[in-house]
This record gives sequence, structure tokens and C-alpha cells, in this order.
Amino acid sequence: MAEMLEAHNISKNYGGVRALKDVTFTAYRGQVNVLVGENGAGKSTLMKILSGSEQPTSGEIRLDGEPVQLGSPRAAQERGIGIIHQELSLFPNMSIAENLFAGREMRKGSTFVDAGGQRRRAREVLKRLGQDRIDPDTLVGDLPIGQQQLVEIGRALLEDVRVLIMDEPTSALSNHEVDVLFEVMADLRQQDVTVIYISHKLDEFRRIGDWVTVFRDGSLVAHESMSKTDTGWIVRQMVGRDPDSLYVRNSSPVGDVLLDVRGLTVPGTVKVDDVSLTVSAGEVVGIYGLMGAGRTELVETLMGMRQAGAGEVSVRGKREPKGTVQARMAAGLALVPEDRQRDGLVQTMSVRENILLATLARMTRSGLLNGAAEQRTAKTKVSELAIKIPGLGALVTALSGGNQQKVVLARALLTEPVVLLLDEPTRGIDVGAKSQIAGLMAELAAQGFGVLFISSELAEVMAMADRVLVMARGRITAEFTAENVTEEALVAASASESVLEGHS
Amino acid sequence: MTDTHVAAPAPTASAPQPEERGNTALARAALLLLRGRTLVVLVVLIIIFSSISSEYLTQSNLILMTKHVAINAILAIGVTFVILTGGIDLSVGSIAGLSSMVAGGLLFKGLNFPGGTVFFSVAVVILIGIVVGALVGAVNGLLITRFRVAPFIATLGMLYVARGAAQLHSNGGTYPDLGGTEARGNTGFGFIGVDSILGIPVAVWIMVVVAAVAIVVTTKTPFGKHIFAVGGNERAAVLSGIRVNRVKIAVYVISGACAALAGLLLTSELGAAYPDTATTYELNAIAAAVLGGTALAGGRGTIIGTVMGAFVIGFLSDGLVLVGVSTFWQSVVKGAVIIFAVITEQAQQRLQSSLTRRTA
Repeated sequence: MAEMLEAHNISKNYGGVRALKDVTFTAYRGQVNVLVGENGAGKSTLMKILSGSEQPTSGEIRLDGEPVQLGSPRAAQERGIGIIHQELSLFPNMSIAENLFAGREMRKGSTFVDAGGQRRRAREVLKRLGQDRIDPDTLVGDLPIGQQQLVEIGRALLEDVRVLIMDEPTSALSNHEVDVLFEVMADLRQQDVTVIYISHKLDEFRRIGDWVTVFRDGSLVAHESMSKTDTGWIVRQMVGRDPDSLYVRNSSPVGDVLLDVRGLTVPGTVKVDDVSLTVSAGEVVGIYGLMGAGRTELVETLMGMRQAGAGEVSVRGKREPKGTVQARMAAGLALVPEDRQRDGLVQTMSVRENILLATLARMTRSGLLNGAAEQRTAKTKVSELAIKIPGLGALVTALSGGNQQKVVLARALLTEPVVLLLDEPTRGIDVGAKSQIAGLMAELAAQGFGVLFISSELAEVMAMADRVLVMARGRITAEFTAENVTEEALVAASASESVLEGHS
Repeated sequence: MTDTHVAAPAPTASAPQPEERGNTALARAALLLLRGRTLVVLVVLIIIFSSISSEYLTQSNLILMTKHVAINAILAIGVTFVILTGGIDLSVGSIAGLSSMVAGGLLFKGLNFPGGTVFFSVAVVILIGIVVGALVGAVNGLLITRFRVAPFIATLGMLYVARGAAQLHSNGGTYPDLGGTEARGNTGFGFIGVDSILGIPVAVWIMVVVAAVAIVVTTKTPFGKHIFAVGGNERAAVLSGIRVNRVKIAVYVISGACAALAGLLLTSELGAAYPDTATTYELNAIAAAVLGGTALAGGRGTIIGTVMGAFVIGFLSDGLVLVGVSTFWQSVVKGAVIIFAVITEQAQQRLQSSLTRRTA
């Protein structure tokens, strides 16, 4: 078994956060090397380093036994290392052929683009991807997401790749498209191409992988030939031995139903399909599922940021028909969004301003803001949630991820909600902050709030939720209580097409 | 891990080397200078021009220049509200022209009804002029929120529409005499543009009041904070329950009203209303806001900065005239100063974020 690409003792620090801790990883030539681990475990960071877009803080990379410097994505490409990112980097306003050759157009003479030649090559690539019925002149923006992903893969195929890194390429693909992709991967393996494949979908990567490597909290915890493993072993490696030490279990008694959702349906590319659920006082409910399952769309619709096509939302037993953010906020809902930078924080404002943003109207005396009341309120929340800040007047961007998350939480709590909606509340923050946020959630439930949170992490959702709902393709496919939930069942339900038996 | 680049630095980096500490002090001084750069530029301009011309720093010239500044400052304050939300208002010059013609027409020929002609007092005429500006601003706001037209396009269209309406109002002619008569009860329009109180032009007093109100609104009211929030991150503003569309419409109304007020001051000063009043003034207003540190992307800026920016532009233009620089060179210098201001703004932002990272 020949080593193709090796990472030796790689560490990577971002400010004070250690994203990778002394990782030594080997990808074998002509094999499919699968990487698994939860969000923030360090897989993507390692892939960024191996593809040249990030530099390691320390450590060495060897390609074919030779130490190499991968100073830029271009340098990595020149050595035959290609990467397909999870987020698409395509131009929706350009055709498939133009996208495939963007930045490295085929030339006719030295001046003109060889559009005919590009189209011909594009057709070959599409055929190789099993998409021979698509016209290479189709605009990429007109393709469904799955086919766009295949175009992205096509871009990598055009180059003479020796190592191909795929970061969760199947998250948006239909089953048929996944089959095509796996055929392509088998093909590449035949041609001695080394594939590094990141995935969350256990059932899928077990079909195609030769080796599996597990990451947890920035460290490489296991490396094994796929044939010697089973699903349970992989999950145990991902989660670690004792997830309960990290998370606080909510143990407060469950009270009245605070949030009652019936038949909620939201049309769109990522849809919500006939979802009904309840959240009671003192209860922590988790929603588990994969990316694109409709979880974010569900909570955004509950919060009034999207318009529902059908369905009813009641808070504290009262129907809330208006569906605007203001009405839902007044009814008692508050949302801590998944993407803090995009939806949560106003980056140009201070910590204090961000905390008070939703409740400024209460801070006034005869129409003017009362600086003392603002200061007092912000200060109280900062100490209640133990937010670490250089000062209330500091720009919110100066805080670490975990503390930024607490700022968004503080703002939500100030609106005096009865049900808190938290979308991936621990995403992108370090383990210590994670356990603090988890502690806060349990505490809030104990105070009588209803808590509904979204999570992609098995350990988190199992350790924290009193009840777990699983979403897939816009529907709730399963429901478990804390007592009867298992990793395997969650994973199976999150990948299922239909509602599983036993769901009430 | 997308947010880790803004995370606080490692504990190990919290003990800076002596050299780095010196750099930090230097950087702080530079930052202070950059923050106050509009004031610095203004002082430098005054020093340069007064050393060339002895007339520059006389009381009468200062008052005259400040009066010129007042009109642009009022326009620029309105535009600043819009820019703070991340929008732009190109129609303010035309709105000034339209309100000028509406007011001029009311004073000169009154309002014709089938039963006869009605004349309004000057106060009512001024009020009507401002309301017209506010209404045009409201149309801008509705186009941008309800019909989702990009602010640049909506207000560019309005630039033409409002100017055309101003010309239609008199068929392109001028209303030459706005003095009014005692019999009609509409004398005294000259007060706002010509008269002085305590030796200072009324127009300057008006600018001071507008600026003071604007400062209070932007810094001391929830609405003001909402403006900054919409410009800083619209999605976060929505999630915070801020009625983003209302905020946006409001800032265009404010901008329209300020533009109308500026148009009325100009008209009063001239004693006549003509449809080309304040043509291209929108550019001076935007330039003043940008010079004063308002970020075109929204979310960052101050009213006081905008007023300072208007002073720089006004004192620069008048100074160049006074020392006899040709109008062609005046344009070149003005443009260069604006570009220079934006470059220093970038430098300030970079320095500021690097300092935050170093000391947080």
C-alpha cells in the first residue's frame, strides 16, 4: 500500500483556538480515503491545508514521499491536488462549458477563446459524469443543485489530478446522482487517483471507502481499513467515550405546551413538508438531520422570516396567524440563528448595541435612549451569561466565536421569549464554549423556557435533548425520547426518504 | 470555523514585545489623526488659503463661506441618513429644484382654483415645499422597499422625473419675483435665505438646528440605532424585529425633506425660482458625507463628520475661487480630495481592526 499524500504532525491555530492538534494523516495511492468527524472536528481545516488554501502552524506535508510546500491553491493544483468544496464555487450566470474552463480557458491562437473546443471537452466530461443529455451551453444557474455539484466535480476531472479531495460532495445529491458519483470515484480509483472523501453519511461512505479516518476535537483519533470497521465502531470513535461529561442533561419537569406547530409547509428548493411538533415548558427538544433537510427553513419560518405555505403556529395556546418577525417575537418566540456572522451580528456595532438591538424601544425616556438603562441592562446580561468581553463598547467582532454566540443569545433573551429556537447553537465554537452553551440551555429549560434546538452532532443532540426529532427532505421522519434514542437510529432516520415506522 | 479569524488572539500573544508596544503607540496616534482627518484637512486648508490671501480669514468671508456650506450641509445630512442604511440618494438635487419651483409658483402666482386664486403665507409655502420633498422621498422609499428597485436606479430615475416635473411646473420658465405683497399676505420669503440673526445668516442657524436634530436622532433614539443596524447587517436587523422597510422609507423621506429645505434656502437667497436650481448638487452632498467618513456600504458614519465634510468642500471651493484658480482646476482638486479621503478611510479601518486584534 503506497502512501501518496502524508501530513506529518500538523497543527493549526486560529488565534487562540487550536483547530488541529499534531495530526499525522496518510492517504493511500489509488484508494478512497474517507474522513469522518463532527463539525469542527478539524477535517475541513486539514483539507484546506492539504489543498494549499491554509498554511499549517507547524508540521510537514509529503507528496509521494517528497516534502512539499503548498503555499497557495494554485501551487497545490500544479502538483495535482484538486479539491471540491462543500460550498459551490460556480458562476450561475455562465454556461456549463464556461464554468468548467473558467480561469483556464482553451485558446484559439493566443487571443481568442476556443468555445467550440471547450464545448467538445465539456460534453466528454458530462458523459463521464453520466449526464450526456445535458447541453454544455446550459446556464449553471438553471441546473438543480445536484447537477451543479457534478459540474463542480467536472471541473476537477478536467485537470490531471493525482489527489482529489471531496468535502461532503453528496450532501445535495439525489440517490441516483450519488450512484453516478460513486461510479466516477471507482473510475478514478482504477486510474490510480487518490481520493480523500469527507462525509457524514455512514451508509454511503461505507459503500465506497477503502480506509476510514476519524477526527474529533482537532485530533486524529482512529485510522482503520474500512473492512475492519462497522457503523457502531465509527460512531463511537466520532463521539468519544463519554459525551455526557461535556453536556448537561436537562432534568426539569415538563409543563404546559408552549409551542404547537401543525402541518407547517414551506415551498422552496429546500422545503418544509407538513411538519407538526410541540415544545413544552421545561423541555429541550432537538432536531437532528443533515444539511439541506429543511431544519433552518423550519425555524426561520417559525420566527416569521419566511412565509409559510400552509400550517398553524400557536404559542402559549394562542394561534399566531400574522407570521411576521414582530408578531412572532411578541408572541414569545426568539431565534438564535445558525450563521452568526450573516444573520446574528451587526459587525459594525459594539457589544452593547448588539445585545440591545431588539429591545431598544424599552430603553427610552421621552423618546430618547437612556444611556444608563442601556448600560445596566447590557451589563446584567453579560454577567448572567458570563460573556467574556474587553468592554461593552468594544466591537462585537473582537470577541471569540463562543462569546459572539452568547451576545446573540443575550439579545434573544432580552425580548422575553417563552420558547427559544436555537439553530446549531454550538457550531464553530470550541469545546469549552460548547459545554457552556449546553449548560445555559439546560438552565433556561429549568427556568421554564421551552427550548428547540437544531444540531448536526449526534453526541450533542443525544446528550442534551429530552426528545429528538429527525428531519430529512423537509419532513420529520422519526421521533425519539432520550431513553430510546440510538446513534444508528438517528443516522438511519436522517437519511431516510420516508417516515419511519413507529413515528407517532 | 469561518469565524475564527475574528476570534481573540491566543493568550500567548498577550505579552507584546517592546518594539511592538512602540508600534502600537504610533498606530494609536496615527489612528487618532485619521479619525479627525476631516478636521485636520479643514485646518490645513484654512492655513494655506489665509497665507495666500489676506481676505480669506476675514469675518465677512468666513460668514459668506459658511452660508454656502449651509445649503450643501443640509443636503448632505439628509443623504447621510440614506447612506447609513446602505442606500444612496441621487435625486436630492432635483428634489431641491422641484420644491423650489413649487414654492416659487405659490408665491409668484398663487394656487389657481376655478373660483379664483389663493395665496398662502410664507410659512405655509415653506411647509408645502418641504412636504413635497418628503413625498418624493417617500416614493423613492416605496420603489426601493415595495418594488425592490436598487436604490441607485430608483433615485437616478427620480433625478430625471423630479427635474422634469420642476421644468413642467413653469414650462421651463423662471418665477422672477418672490417678494410677495402685503395685500396677499405673503411677504418675507427672503428671511430664510438673506437675513441674519446676531450677524449670522438665518440659513446657517437652520443648518445648526438641522444638524443638532440629526445628531440626536442618529445617536440617541432607537430609530437612529435601527438605521445603523440596517446598514450594518440587514438580516440581523430583520431577525431583531426591526421593521427594515419602514426604516428605509423613513430615511428617504428625511433625505427628501432636507433636500427640499436646501432648495428653499437657495431660492430665497436668489429671490427667484428657476427649474435648474441645485443641478448636480447631489454629488456635492454625497461627497461631503463620504469625506466625513460615512461608509457607502452603510452602517458607519456620523452627522458631525458629514457637516465637517461639507465645510471642507465649501471652504476649498471658495478658497480656490478667491486665490484665482481656474474653474477647471477647481474640479480636479475637489475630485482628488474626495478620492484621497476614501483612501484614508480605508487606512483607518485597517489600522483600527489591527489595533483591536492586538489589544483585545
